[in-house]
Amino acid sequence: MARTPTTHDPFNAVAEPKRRQILEVLGTEERSVNEIVEMLGWPQPMVSKHLAVLKKVGLVRERRVGRQRLYTVDMEKLKPIHDWVTPFEKYWSESFERLDEVLLDIQKKEKRHVRKKE
Amino acid sequence: MSEKKNKTVLTVEPGKQEVFVTREFDAPRELVFKAYTDPKLYVQWLGPRDLTMQLVTFEPTNGGRWRYIHKDQHGNEFGFHGVNHEVLAPERIIGTFEFEGLPEKGHVVLETVKFEELPGGRTRVTTQSVFQSVGDRDGMVQSGMERGVVDSNERLDGLLEKM
Repeated sequence: MARTPTTHDPFNAVAEPKRRQILEVLGTEERSVNEIVEMLGWPQPMVSKHLAVLKKVGLVRERRVGRQRLYTVDMEKLKPIHDWVTPFEKYWSESFERLDEVLLDIQKKEKRHVRKKE
Repeated sequence: MSEKKNKTVLTVEPGKQEVFVTREFDAPRELVFKAYTDPKLYVQWLGPRDLTMQLVTFEPTNGGRWRYIHKDQHGNEFGFHGVNHEVLAPERIIGTFEFEGLPEKGHVVLETVKFEELPGGRTRVTTQSVFQSVGDRDGMVQSGMERGVVDSNERLDGLLEKM
């Protein structure tokens, strides 16, 4: 099956975990390459390479200020990807939050039980 | 709070037939496994809060069957069923999964749930779901089991939190 080139499809672009990490550190902030390099601790060429792909598919926007280039996430472009996985993700994250509560509850009961025995 | 909130990590790569869902829990492996195999506990957590869960059949053994129905406030019912291929305490559960609400039968998923012991009495649960086609997988992820619409700002916040 022919795959869409990474540089054309935002869905494929975010399939790469490193590029998701870049989107994550950008969040809702505007940051320079150096800031991203510092936050992730990766070599600068690696950050630049992934930023270039994200820029090409339009997930990240670039702005020049003097000698610096600043990057932001384009939320409009990110939304379709987000909408696609959200319901499924929500099903599981909500289930697991409930499971946290169930596990906490059992552990509390077990502790009480042990204390009674002592 | 010093402890980081445990995040649900979804891995859905384009063009593949599988989905991975990974989550860590602040509880020992035996306990997490129990929550997956004890019917009294299972009904307390599986599914979103606004759906009620009815466990019709639950046989957590090799070859055992399972079936449950999620009901929403409007009376809509979503049935799911499958067969446990292997239930190995406290390590893994392998089984099939089929959503009864699909337009045609025969779209079955192979699910493997692994329970890994982590230091400090914690557990990592990884679920691998293998679909019969990329289309089946994308349909399932997209439908999200027919969940309702959420406020879009909240969704974007959630995404950035998740990524």
